[in-house]
Amino acid sequence: MATFNITINGKEKTIEADPSTPLLWILRDHLKLVGTKYGCGISQCGACTVHFNGSAVRSCQLPISSAANNEITTIEGLSENGDHPVQQAWLEIDVPQCGYCQAGQIMSASALLKRNPSPSDKEIENAMDGNICRCGTYTRIKAAIKKASNSEIA
Amino acid sequence: MTKIKTGIGRRSFIKSVSVAGGGLIIGFNWMACKGPAEEGSEELAMQMPDEWFELNGYLKIGDNGIVTIYSPNPEIGQNVKTSMPMIVAEELDVDWNNVVVEQAPLNTEVFTRQLAGGSQSIRQGWESLRTAGATARQMLLIAAAKQWEVPVSELSVENGVITHKGSDKTIGYGEIAKAAAQVEVPEEVELKDNDNFKIIGTSRKNVDAKKIVTGQPLYGLDTYKDGMLIAMIVQPPAFGMEFKTMDDEKVKEMPGIKDVFTIDTYPEDMEKEWSDVAAFSKLVVVVGETTWQVMQAKKALNVEWDLNPELTKEIEILEKSAGMDDASGLESTDIHATLMADVGSKQSEVVRKDGDPEKAFKNAARVIERSYTCPFLAHNCMEPMNFFADVSGGKAELLGPIQTPEYAEKSINKRLGLELEDIDVQMTRMGGGFGRRLYGHFLVEAAVISEKMGKPIKLVYSREDDMTNGVYRPAYHVTYRAALDANNKLTAFHVNAGGIPESPLFANRFPAGAIDNYLAESWTLNSNISVGAFRAPRSNFIAGAEQSFLDELAEEMGQDPIQFRLDMLDRAKKDPVGEENDYDAARYAGVLKLARDKSGWDKGNSSLSRGVSAYYCHNSYVAQILDMSIEGNEPLIDKVTCAVDCGIVVNPDAAKNMVEGGTIDGIGHALYSEMTFKDGKPQQSNFDTYKLIRHKQAPKKIDVHFVDNGIDPTGLGEPPFPPVQGALANALYKATGKRFYRQPFINELQTIDTELKT
Repeated sequence: MATFNITINGKEKTIEADPSTPLLWILRDHLKLVGTKYGCGISQCGACTVHFNGSAVRSCQLPISSAANNEITTIEGLSENGDHPVQQAWLEIDVPQCGYCQAGQIMSASALLKRNPSPSDKEIENAMDGNICRCGTYTRIKAAIKKASNSEIA
Repeated sequence: MTKIKTGIGRRSFIKSVSVAGGGLIIGFNWMACKGPAEEGSEELAMQMPDEWFELNGYLKIGDNGIVTIYSPNPEIGQNVKTSMPMIVAEELDVDWNNVVVEQAPLNTEVFTRQLAGGSQSIRQGWESLRTAGATARQMLLIAAAKQWEVPVSELSVENGVITHKGSDKTIGYGEIAKAAAQVEVPEEVELKDNDNFKIIGTSRKNVDAKKIVTGQPLYGLDTYKDGMLIAMIVQPPAFGMEFKTMDDEKVKEMPGIKDVFTIDTYPEDMEKEWSDVAAFSKLVVVVGETTWQVMQAKKALNVEWDLNPELTKEIEILEKSAGMDDASGLESTDIHATLMADVGSKQSEVVRKDGDPEKAFKNAARVIERSYTCPFLAHNCMEPMNFFADVSGGKAELLGPIQTPEYAEKSINKRLGLELEDIDVQMTRMGGGFGRRLYGHFLVEAAVISEKMGKPIKLVYSREDDMTNGVYRPAYHVTYRAALDANNKLTAFHVNAGGIPESPLFANRFPAGAIDNYLAESWTLNSNISVGAFRAPRSNFIAGAEQSFLDELAEEMGQDPIQFRLDMLDRAKKDPVGEENDYDAARYAGVLKLARDKSGWDKGNSSLSRGVSAYYCHNSYVAQILDMSIEGNEPLIDKVTCAVDCGIVVNPDAAKNMVEGGTIDGIGHALYSEMTFKDGKPQQSNFDTYKLIRHKQAPKKIDVHFVDNGIDPTGLGEPPFPPVQGALANALYKATGKRFYRQPFINELQTIDTELKT
């Protein structure tokens, strides 16, 4: 057990945990921030995606020892009132079916648009390929990303 | 207007919701249909009624006109949590913006079928949902008429406001709800004509969407309660094996670990429900404080496993009968393939026979014979199996993802000996279902573990546990034969289908009824691998196989594949063979024609390869036309045109979403997914080895068209899934010049690529 300081959604947190504990389980078990989902534990499905200093990472593969002293944003902190352009686009397109993977999809999509506000279809596919949606909402996810991006053709 | 007996009587109006619901009806989801309202804010104060009046188990009305509608069925992503309340709201005549939706508690006295399966929620809920809304509406009208001392016939309602024609007096539902709650339940109520629908047939957003996109707790795995421990299982590494012994001393000393023990979920003397299917009954359990600690302990645990001769004996006999010298009774995919190809069909039973197929085949100028197979599949719900259980003081509280809460309650009753009224099963939104959560063994395991620990626990399956502890889609095999005469006319049709351990045959579905000489045979082979329903059971294979064969047959006969099917359907409609045919040939033809028109089939498209398919299952009809190309060695799917006849479409945009998802799901599983076995051991245990379709592989565009026929709604969750596999196989043939007989197609597609390169 060790003590770690970490900034999550702009708030300083002090965590007591085994250094190997993945950020995913710190968020869920320790902080009860359950929006970040467990899907595979081996960074193959993307359900646990969070922003690590602004970039999309899989929190199931990021031990707390490496996450400490860095800025983490989770789905709960993406926007104050759930009105991030990507979240709004998701609501307008009514993307979710079961909804379980969508937080991870939104975190990957918002990180993509931050570094590339006008992604092409190919760029969207490449950036999103690590996020599995078992219900098959891929076409809607792409439509929502395009809606939230500057590349939308009216 | 249709008059309908309410039939729900006083018994259904027991205030059971608040009793059985426990905490579920507290904490209203204001975010569901309005913007998020901060606690203590003006907006919330305006919305929150001082008092609720329950008019029946489906709904209650606040004194300010806000209506809470309970969605009775489990939500697995099919969006019934939005569409079922829409049906109630329609007949209640209320403004959808004033509706708050809550998941109903399990209550079999009030609700008719609280189960997510068979694409039946809307179809079987249709009448009771409408009746509940119409009954409450009538009670509100009666109360208003009484207050104003006017006949009910002089009143009308719009958006929750009652108006008296003569005096122009108005009163809101909120104001009259208290009086309405005292009104005798009418014996008969009128249902609306379809033409008067204002909510049904209009697109309404998913009531949980805001919570989903902001990461609020919704799913079973999101459950955290005071004093709750985490439990995980360790299971035999292979089907046919069982627990022998373990060394758990060191593991019990690990940080956070509370206990390590074994359980027997389903003892032999227990009377099981149909839903009590489990890969393994005897499991090792590790309980601890946090998920990561328990995961570490699981890895460190040293367990020895043994062959279970009771399980392997029959399989060994089967393998030996097929001449396998090294028969071990532990199953492998290559052995399955041999058994299905060589042994299964020799044990066939005739299920249906029309005319004289033997004679027709004997006299045939030409016989076309093709065989198709598919592998086992894991459901792979994105939210792994889990359940919260708190069993103490003679009561059980169970909360989590379950498609069959009613049966789960009975299982707990049988397993723990608790009275039904002391068992509270609560439904959470589910991170996928696909049939996997029909089988509630994980709920029973959680209850047994909680009882043993004397503490609330959450049972969590790792992805590996989830994938290797499957209730899998069985492996299937089918051989089709068609007899053609000298004029290239189809004279007989033979289907011989089987699987491990169930047959995918639907003997009375098309093309039965369209051919004079028809023979359908079925067989099964034993297995120790646990299997169950997987989205569109049996159809999920046989549709694609049949539609591939019909495509090949049409080509052999020199006919357009759509016209070929339409001609057969025309025969089935005008002069059906047999009386057991369980499809409507006109509706079947309807979706084919719609897909043909919408896709521009007749115009063709030279740059893309195109395949068609159509199928009937779960009371609905779907035709799909798929356009694709091959780039490098990857199939690129440009567009799928879907035509769907599921009767009245309650929530059109959400229904489109369902068809898009089913289409992608069907393509994905046919192309990429398989669960294989070696010596009883599942060979895929996570998404690095188990392939699921991803963003890049999804179709660029999916066009969805519904047949508008006003027929009461039929299934939609499953029907779009099976046929697209046939459309895909037929398009792949056009793209590669090779027919695809074995799922997943990617394996053979890669072989072609290798052949081309070498």
